[in-house]
Parts: sequence; C-alpha cells; structure tokens
Amino acid sequence: MMLENWLTPDEWRAVALSLQVSFWAMALSLPIGIWVAYVLARYQFWGKQILNTLVHLPLILPPVVTGYLLLISFGRQGPVGGFLESCCGLVFAFRWTGAALAAAVMAFPLMVRAIRLAIEAVDPKLEQAARTLGASKPWVFLTVTLPLILPGVVAGAILAFAKAIGEFGATITFVSSIPGQTQTLPSAIYAVLQVPGGDAQAVRLVLIAIAIAATALVLSEWIGRLVARRIAGS
Amino acid sequence: MTTLSVRLKHAFAGFTLDAEFDAAPGVTALFGRSGSGKTTVINAVAGLLQPDTGLIRIGDQVLLDTETGHSVPVHRRRMGYVFQEGRLFPHLTVRQNLLYGRWFAGAKHGADVDGVVDLLGIGTLLSRRPGTLSGGEKQRVAIGRALLSNPRLLLMDEPLAALDEARKAEILPYLERLRDETSIPILYVSHSLTEVARLATTLVVIDAGRVVRSGSANALMSDPDVAPMLGLRDAGANLAARVAAQEDDGLTRLQTSAGDLLLPRIDTAIGTALRVRIHAQDIILSRDRPTGLSALNILPVTVTAIRAEDGSAAMVQLRAGNDLLLARITRRSCDALGLTEGMALFAVLKSVAVARQDIGTA
Repeated sequence: MMLENWLTPDEWRAVALSLQVSFWAMALSLPIGIWVAYVLARYQFWGKQILNTLVHLPLILPPVVTGYLLLISFGRQGPVGGFLESCCGLVFAFRWTGAALAAAVMAFPLMVRAIRLAIEAVDPKLEQAARTLGASKPWVFLTVTLPLILPGVVAGAILAFAKAIGEFGATITFVSSIPGQTQTLPSAIYAVLQVPGGDAQAVRLVLIAIAIAATALVLSEWIGRLVARRIAGS
Repeated sequence: MTTLSVRLKHAFAGFTLDAEFDAAPGVTALFGRSGSGKTTVINAVAGLLQPDTGLIRIGDQVLLDTETGHSVPVHRRRMGYVFQEGRLFPHLTVRQNLLYGRWFAGAKHGADVDGVVDLLGIGTLLSRRPGTLSGGEKQRVAIGRALLSNPRLLLMDEPLAALDEARKAEILPYLERLRDETSIPILYVSHSLTEVARLATTLVVIDAGRVVRSGSANALMSDPDVAPMLGLRDAGANLAARVAAQEDDGLTRLQTSAGDLLLPRIDTAIGTALRVRIHAQDIILSRDRPTGLSALNILPVTVTAIRAEDGSAAMVQLRAGNDLLLARITRRSCDALGLTEGMALFAVLKSVAVARQDIGTA
C-alpha cells in the first residue's frame, strides 16, 4: 500500500510539514548551538550562568509559556517580530517559519548539552599542540576541535530533530494548528483526537510518529558510531 | 646562528619563577627536579603561558616584551614543541599528523618530508593512526611533526619521561642525529641526567624557580661544585672518545686523549666519535699503577680539585688528557692517599661499569 493512498492529503501535508519544520529548526540552530556550547565549555566570563540558564529554560518551562513568550516577542505586534517584518519581510506568527522557530527554541537545550559534553571531552592540550604548529584559533577549531566533537554534534543534531518533530505545546500556542500551514504531526494527532471517532485516524499518525522517532534514533546511533570509530584513531 | 635569550618572572601560589639564561646553538638542557619551573619556562617561550614580566628574544626578533606589551601569538612563533605525551591528533593518520604544521608553514618552506621520515625511521607508520602506535613510535612521529613545521627552535618537554627504558634507548639515538644533522637549536627540558649527558651542549640548572648554574654541559658536569645540584649519586663526567677497534673477545677499544678504554661491545663503525659518561662512583684511584687487577682500564690522571662533602665522601676532579673526570671517594681514602691538587694518579675503571645508555654519539 502506497503511503499517499494510506494518508489523507491533510495528514500527508502534516507529515511533510513536520519534516520541513524540524529540518530547518535543526539546521539553522546547529551553528549557534555549536558556538554557545563552545563558549559555555571553554570560557569563564561574566554572565555565563545567565546564558546557561537562558539556554536551558525551555527545557523546564511549561511549553505553553515558551510559546506565549515567542508570541508576544516574535508576533507581528511583538518588538522582535515587528522589526523583522519591516526590515526583512520575515514573518513568524501563524506561519511554518514560526513553527520552526518554536521547535528550534524547544530543542536547543538538548542540542547544546550534547555538543557541550563532546567539547569538554576534547583535551585542550591537543588544541595547544595545534597552535604551536602554526594554526590560528579558527583553524584549530576547524581542524582539531570540530572533527573530534563530530559524534557529539551529530548526536545533538539528531536529538534536536527528534525533539522538533515531537514539539507540540509551544508550537500550537505560537502558530496555532492551521492545516497545510502550521499543522505539524503532533498538532494533527491532537486535532484528530478532538473529533468523536477519530481514533482510527490517530493510530495511523501515531504509527508514523513512532517510525520517524525510531528512524532518527537508529540513524544517530549508526552515524555516531561511524564517526567515533574514524576519530578514535584505529 | 639563532640564539634564544630568556628573562622571566612569574609568580604562582607559593612559588616564584625568576629565570634568566641564553641558549647557544645545539641542545640546551633545562635540568631540575619536578616542580622547579622548567616547563613554565618552555611554555613561556612557546607562548602558551603569559609570564608576569619577561623578555624573550630569538635572534634579533622579540617574541615577548611585557614592558611594551608586545607578544607574538603562539601560532606565529614557529616553535616546534614536542610534548611529554606526544599529543598526536587522534583523528588524523601519521602522515596527516606529520604534514599538519608543514601545511601552515607553507609547504615549500617546510623541511623535506622524506628526509625527516628517514631520520626518524617512521616510513612504515605513515598510513596508521596514532591509536595503534607504541609510545616510542608516537614520540618519533611527534618529533617529526614539530620538525616539519619549519621551526626556528625545537622545544622538548621531557619527551622521554613517559617511556620505559627500552623505548628511551630507542629514541635517544634519533635525538642525537637531530642534534648533529640539523641546524635547529633545541631547548630540552629534563630531570634525567642520563639524557642530559647524552644530548646537551649547554646546561641550565634550575632549582626552585631560579637558574643556579648555566654554561657548557661538559664543563658543568665535571665541576665538583655543581655535582651536588645535579645529584651526587648520579654525578659523572663525559669523556670524548673514538672507536678504535672491535676486539675478538666482545670488547670495543676506544681511543681517548688520556689513553685507550676497553668497554663491552658498542655496535658502531670504527672512527665514530662518542661521548662516554663515567660515573664518579665507578672510579677507583690509585697512587701507583696497579697490577694483578681485574679492571681493564687504567688511565693516568692529575688531580685538579677536591671538594669534601658534608658526609663521609669527597668529590675529586681529575684531568685525563683533554677531558675532566669526576671521582667520588671517601674522605678517609682522600686522607690516606694524601690527595692534593696537581698530584698524579691512576684512575681505574671496570669495563662493565659503563652502561650502554651512558654512551652516546658526540
């Protein structure tokens, strides 16, 4: 049975949108995640604890609160949202871009945590050695640190992707659940469950959600092991 | 020739480093106990540590001048640093490790890769990864990596300390070749007198953050006043020698300016110049040329200095041809023989007393 026939067009769109939202949420937050993780792992500075708290806040806050905060700051009337719309024509509220932003914010702590652990495991003495061999700090990062933390980066990225796929509370608060525009897989499941007798339809979506999550986990294990073997030096 | 000049002051918790010395071409050994500040000095030269005050120059270039706030960043100093633990990049092959610094130096400036690979005997390791190398192999690759980064100076921080005796014996000849076949000066940190005696041209003795003596390695090692700083039980001087013949009974005949020396077989070509370290406590002194003795080596010497120690022993400096030797005997023997400066004596040395590790190329 083909997937297209098995799912209704709306359901199919919800799956596609979830993948799109999660991919961009993961891809665009990855460089920032690496940078924040590096700063937190390697530098002592005033306000480090504040940055650390800010990064981890979405992990602990009720998602609906995070979604509401996004709405009042990134909404079209919000300070950041209004500015971005007037300067770059970028709109978040009730668009798929908003869903990606919400997913990225919610997944960010998990991503930073995984990458930070990897950076802390890299011996700074190797970076020193690279410096004495003529590499400037950016080159040291690109040629020594980054290759060595690659397993952590891959794990963090896939974890963030999986978290983004499952994000529900902040997304529905920030961008609602408009079929074809902002209705992601979890929102679609929720919407279906609100309709009497929608259980059968929900089961199909739930199975797809399980399949995506399981694939992501297996993939992360596999890539992680591949990269680790390459880096272990054997 | 590039010479390095270092003046440093740096305060740690409960410890102040205040060092000043010049390094001549060849191998300059920074010798001292663990915690005496040697590694701090070498890290300051590399730029990995910013001292409180200091002036470091190499040739006519100033690397660090805290008075003007001038400090050349680590990656521009061109110091080939060989660390105690090798610090090879685990994600790169041996070949990629070797070429890492060369790439930043600009390949055409880097030393000849094949030459360095030959010098260090690492040709068969090139496609392997550091995780599969033995300790000695890792250290040879680390030396090659530093050499190929086109350094003005090689910094070696106890490069043999993490290795067992057999691996040390494997690497020392490569370091000697490095000293003799390249023109790159080496700053060598060590707390092993054996390594220092084999390698050093200049010796800088550091104790509790201060330079207590510095000068020609051979002169300092044969100075009875310096012996206590180097360790009395380890004291001994270098004798310059040349391989004269391989005898049938497994001995090697060496020629020195004081006479011939017979030692257990040294597998090297006739004519090779050697430095042989004679431990002070292995020498027996006699007023008359002894006969009926099992010891094979009897050299005519003249007493040049006598230094009584606090305990029961005394250190006697002897002139043997063009070289100086040290002999450590009891004060009682000193008195019984009536030793005075200028007195002619015979120094007796058992062949088997000289260990292979104490014989290096000159």
